[in-house]
Amino acid sequence: MSKNKKTFFIKINSNPYRAKEGQTVLDVALKNKIFITRLCYHPDTVIQGSCRLCLVEIKGKKGLFTACNTQVEPDMDILTDSEAISRAKKTNLELIFTEHCEECNDCIYRYGCTIKKFAKDYDVKINKFPDRKKDHPVHDFGPALQFDAKKCVDCGICVDICKKVGACFLEYEKVGDFYEVVPSSKPDKDCIYCGQCITHCPVGAFEGVGEFEAIEEPLRQKDAGKTVVFQFAPSIRSTIGEEFDMPHGSIVTGRLIGAIKQLGIEHVFDVSVGADVTTIEEAKELIERLGDKKATLPMFTSCCPGWVKFLEFYHPEFIPHLTSVRSPQIIMGGLIKTYWAKEKGIDPKDIIVISIMPCVAKKYEIERPENMIGDIKPVDHVLTTREFAQLLKKNKIDLKNVKAVNPDPFLGVPTGAGVIYGASGGVMESALRTAYKMITGKKLPQLELEQVRGIEGFKKTEIDINGTKLKVGVINGAANAKIILDELKENPRAYDYVEMMACFGGCIGGGGQPVPVNDEIRKKRAQGLYNVDTRNNIRMADESVFVKNLYKEFLADHDNVHKVCHTKFSKKDKEVYPKNYKK
Amino acid sequence: MSDIIAKLEKTKLLGRGGAAFPTHLKWQMVLDQKSDTKYIVANGSEGEPATEKDGYIVEHYPELLVEGLRIALETIDNSSAFIYLRKDYFKKYKANLKKIIGDLPIEIFEEKGGYLSGEETMVCQEIEAGLLRPRHKPPFPGQVGIFGQPTLINNIETFYYVAKIARGEYHNEKMYTIVGDVKNPGVYELSGELSVKQVLEQTKNYPDFKFYTQVGGGASGTILLSSELTIPAQGSASIVVYNQAKTDPYELMEKWIKFFMAENCDKCTPCREGTYRLAEMIKNKQIDKEHFEDLLFTLENTSFCALGKMVVAPFRTLADKILKL
Repeated sequence: MSKNKKTFFIKINSNPYRAKEGQTVLDVALKNKIFITRLCYHPDTVIQGSCRLCLVEIKGKKGLFTACNTQVEPDMDILTDSEAISRAKKTNLELIFTEHCEECNDCIYRYGCTIKKFAKDYDVKINKFPDRKKDHPVHDFGPALQFDAKKCVDCGICVDICKKVGACFLEYEKVGDFYEVVPSSKPDKDCIYCGQCITHCPVGAFEGVGEFEAIEEPLRQKDAGKTVVFQFAPSIRSTIGEEFDMPHGSIVTGRLIGAIKQLGIEHVFDVSVGADVTTIEEAKELIERLGDKKATLPMFTSCCPGWVKFLEFYHPEFIPHLTSVRSPQIIMGGLIKTYWAKEKGIDPKDIIVISIMPCVAKKYEIERPENMIGDIKPVDHVLTTREFAQLLKKNKIDLKNVKAVNPDPFLGVPTGAGVIYGASGGVMESALRTAYKMITGKKLPQLELEQVRGIEGFKKTEIDINGTKLKVGVINGAANAKIILDELKENPRAYDYVEMMACFGGCIGGGGQPVPVNDEIRKKRAQGLYNVDTRNNIRMADESVFVKNLYKEFLADHDNVHKVCHTKFSKKDKEVYPKNYKK
Repeated sequence: MSDIIAKLEKTKLLGRGGAAFPTHLKWQMVLDQKSDTKYIVANGSEGEPATEKDGYIVEHYPELLVEGLRIALETIDNSSAFIYLRKDYFKKYKANLKKIIGDLPIEIFEEKGGYLSGEETMVCQEIEAGLLRPRHKPPFPGQVGIFGQPTLINNIETFYYVAKIARGEYHNEKMYTIVGDVKNPGVYELSGELSVKQVLEQTKNYPDFKFYTQVGGGASGTILLSSELTIPAQGSASIVVYNQAKTDPYELMEKWIKFFMAENCDKCTPCREGTYRLAEMIKNKQIDKEHFEDLLFTLENTSFCALGKMVVAPFRTLADKILKL
């Protein structure tokens, strides 16, 4: 077969379209913006072919075909609508609805439900048959997320995405008469809390813990006399706009602060400032490790709690590689409850810190006892991007129309380096900008490290620092970590520094982010953050006026550095079992 | 063209697993692929109720089966083979087959799944120890089969007749399994040109009471009335005779639908949920004709693999001919 794939024309609904050998009918339709009903198709996963909704007819061939896995052939003449197609789609939709217990008000798709739209399109009686799964359980995945089996339509996407992430925790098991999606009961499989199942499930069967029934609770602490403080993660500024119909990658930092203030919150901080502190500490630790012949190298980043859980459970032998530096949310929360609390004269026990995070694993991270500062928990609540957007909507606040407000000056404004933490490669790029300067006394000749940017799951490069080549790797999607871990088993010095993020594209593709998501959307969200960096006058953590002051006033004390900025990790036993599972 | 493939074409041998695909085309397809590894599988999954002919061949003519495989191994370059057996056949016949195989590159494989594991792409999934769910076709196993390599999968009976053809001993015979309300149940080797009626007569099984038959499998076979038996037996050529006075059509349907629900993989909507809804209707003896027809239409036209499509024939023909819905 020739390497160059043949191109030819096919017809869809009598109109000619150019098609390429190897494409599916759905590929050609999507490319030409022809809508075909589908539920189990997601560009991030392999073709499932399970929902049987993307039905088409092919002239000259008997029966119906599914567009998702039917390959195009020259002169194929395709119909996307006919009496037979409608009849079969309607029947399959009725069957899908028998599996799905509606819980629409509390669903992540409440404003964009695909199957409800299809039900209208095909005049489907959604309660034609009784709900088959009404007694199915809700499985709790730690403090991070839940799987409501009553809503699952067995499309298979979650099992596939869980495998692609590298957790392989969701699997099929025969329960009664049916094979069903279940969390694994096997001792060697566990959830890493990344939440990719949430952003990929087409019917909202997965959701964050508390989504959306508990989103107002944290605010009520205000009425109990507490000082409620909000902080928001680097990536939120380029994603939450989507929840308010703004274009992908829209930067809304000032409006976000304004919106939080409209909820009656006085103090709003930017976790990117915490990221600047993470950068300084991580650059220091990297330089220390590089200079110590006995130190464990490469150093791995540890600000992604999903990745940390992945390593602690699946590859504990690599734990010594993790930097001890806390994640930006935990450092920032810690600074609020120590440095800021002291300055304001507030008892830290009377401060409630609420984080807006791109991530459900961050709900787990705040519960890690290793992150306590004495008996103070740095962060009290985590709301995901989706949860916070819903909180605004409930309060009739439309982010689009909110006036931008500057951040609280006391805990400062972030550098560009702190903002790009939200994209895969961002932590590495920020730390290297600073480490380079710490080692050489000079700025990197080119601040943008294009080699570590982008949504590819595995990136590697070498950075020349005073003639020494620093070997770095960047991973997103925990499964890709296996490439590097395997390489390190062969050659322990294959890398000096590795950034790992559990989710595809890094935090901008996190499990707490708006739906839907795909590569195009992830690229735009990341670009939004890089634009903020480019426009920023200060693009290195060590040049931040706030950070400089902080190290003079507060972090000059080694004890403060230790308790606010560093943590530890340990081998984890299995934490998540199916509901009612007897060990 | 190889000598044996020419003979397969000349004798018009069709696959005996049920789908009746011309054997020579399958062989040629695998032969035409360029690969340094190819596989051959003799499929003895035989999961269809009321079908016992593959077991019969493994018990009575194992030498001919192995001979058929040897011919395939000689014909298909770079190949090794599996005899793929359902659990009970594996236990019963493994030792004897091993002796006959000697040092030929043939492995005896014990199937883990059930009915669905006889489907070609499932055979590949089983041997690869993958998830027991069928794969999309195309590509066909002849192009991309076990571990991505070209794979020739034929029924055990097909290999048996390949050996007979090579010996010049094939005269269009077929293996029939006859069960149900008959006097002389069993497996019979008779001419493939006989009508169902002639098969029942020649085996002294033609009933002297009012009856109907299910031909081509005890679950997925088609209902044929006694007046319709002038055609040859299709599919896996099994014939079940039902005494009309003693057979409760709802019980019969319940047996079928329980079988399909237990044996399907629950991957696709129509087969997972559609069979369940059929089961509910049958259990409650409340068949709404419109719903019933919609479900059968959707199973037939939108199921992922052959299993879902095969659910349709017995219900539709029983509903039309016996229940007269």
